Amino acid sequence: MYDIDNYYNATTLNEALSLMKEHPDAKVIAGGSDVLIKIREGKMAGCELIGIRDIKELSKISMNVNGDILIGAMTTFSHVSNHELVKKHISVLGKAVDQVGGPQVRNVGTIGGNVCNGAVSADSAPTLFSLNAKLRLISLEGERIVPITEFYLGPGRVDLRAGELLAHIIVPQESYHGYAGHYIKYSMRKAMDIATLGCSIVCKVNADLKQLEDVRITFGVAAPTPLRCYQTEAKLKGKPLNDDIYQIIEASVREEINPRDSWRASKAFRLQVGGEIAKRALEEAIRLWGGECDG
Amino acid sequence: MDKKMQLVKCVVNGEPVAEYVDVRDSLLDMLRNTLGLTSVKKGCEVGECGACTVIIDGETIDSCIYLAVWADGKSIRTLEGLMGPSGELTRIQEAFIEEGAIQCGFCTPGFVMSATVLLERGEKLSREAIKKHMAGNLCRCTGYHNIANAVEKVMNEN
Repeated sequence: MYDIDNYYNATTLNEALSLMKEHPDAKVIAGGSDVLIKIREGKMAGCELIGIRDIKELSKISMNVNGDILIGAMTTFSHVSNHELVKKHISVLGKAVDQVGGPQVRNVGTIGGNVCNGAVSADSAPTLFSLNAKLRLISLEGERIVPITEFYLGPGRVDLRAGELLAHIIVPQESYHGYAGHYIKYSMRKAMDIATLGCSIVCKVNADLKQLEDVRITFGVAAPTPLRCYQTEAKLKGKPLNDDIYQIIEASVREEINPRDSWRASKAFRLQVGGEIAKRALEEAIRLWGGECDG
Repeated sequence: MDKKMQLVKCVVNGEPVAEYVDVRDSLLDMLRNTLGLTSVKKGCEVGECGACTVIIDGETIDSCIYLAVWADGKSIRTLEGLMGPSGELTRIQEAFIEEGAIQCGFCTPGFVMSATVLLERGEKLSREAIKKHMAGNLCRCTGYHNIANAVEKVMNEN
């Protein structure tokens, strides 16, 4: 039994927003795999919950006429991974969220909940950063679109205002079309573990010029919020495809990331691993793109 | 505090169920305490051990981190529902016995439910893929080897 005072279930977006207005202190709960654990730990004792998992309009994945992919915030991790649009166009995201927890958690946990929870270790976050995803936030007053790179404010804190819900995650066509990507989660166990460090790289190769045309690099657990490595990206763009790019990325991300010491791993260890997984993720992203590196 | 109750109508092991549940209850509480389905084990209560695994609309979930009120309109299967008309075991349960995939037995119902969903998909998977699909269940006795053997055996028979 959970220490909650009451539960309200919303089945439409409008119903959810109205319930949030009526009960401003209530906590919004999606799949529950974070919120219910916190309640079990004794945090949030006696709170009221507004459930949004049954809002059907928020659990679909679709493509706009302009090619943008819209992911409903209530789509579970397993449904993201298995969706044809994701597999075809943004498989890097599907494979990343397939590394969350275990199968049972992936069947209840939602991608929107993962983002709004604000954890720097969220397995969806580095890839959504590297895909330049935008978030569609809706309130009774209207809606606003926020780039995910501006959404994370600090550990567990996101730019979600009172009365606002995350409705969709938008992956813009220009950010994924012609790109390939790879996410590496470094953790002690292959399942049921939280990332010690994570790195997601999305890149585009110019096959004629044998150049790395564009690259986007994001780390999880390397700073208080997911961290885009803009300086490293700038150093790599336009570089010829040879082993130099791996030396550059390895050294440069170690300069750019700022991991901390924690019981999970030391800062020194995370810096060491960071350079290595960035290199390996880039290697795999280029391979998935269909490019080759000259020795 | 007033006790807040909500009506939950669902199908459990093929039978329609309508129960007023306390909104604070997990599905695990409802299945064990209200419906008496004690194959659903209460282990960690935080969605890590998988002992409370049940199948909802074809997907495995940890019933300890699933509110009972969410079961409204769903079809739920527990280990009790696998039993044949004369108490027969399913092939995967027999395989668990044959392969010595059980010691204390506490995790077994959860493992059987995870394996059941996997086998019903009818796919042939590599041993690594089987392990990935069974990774949400913990066993402290067997060392997993025999559990993977049992799943692999039934998969190869189909």
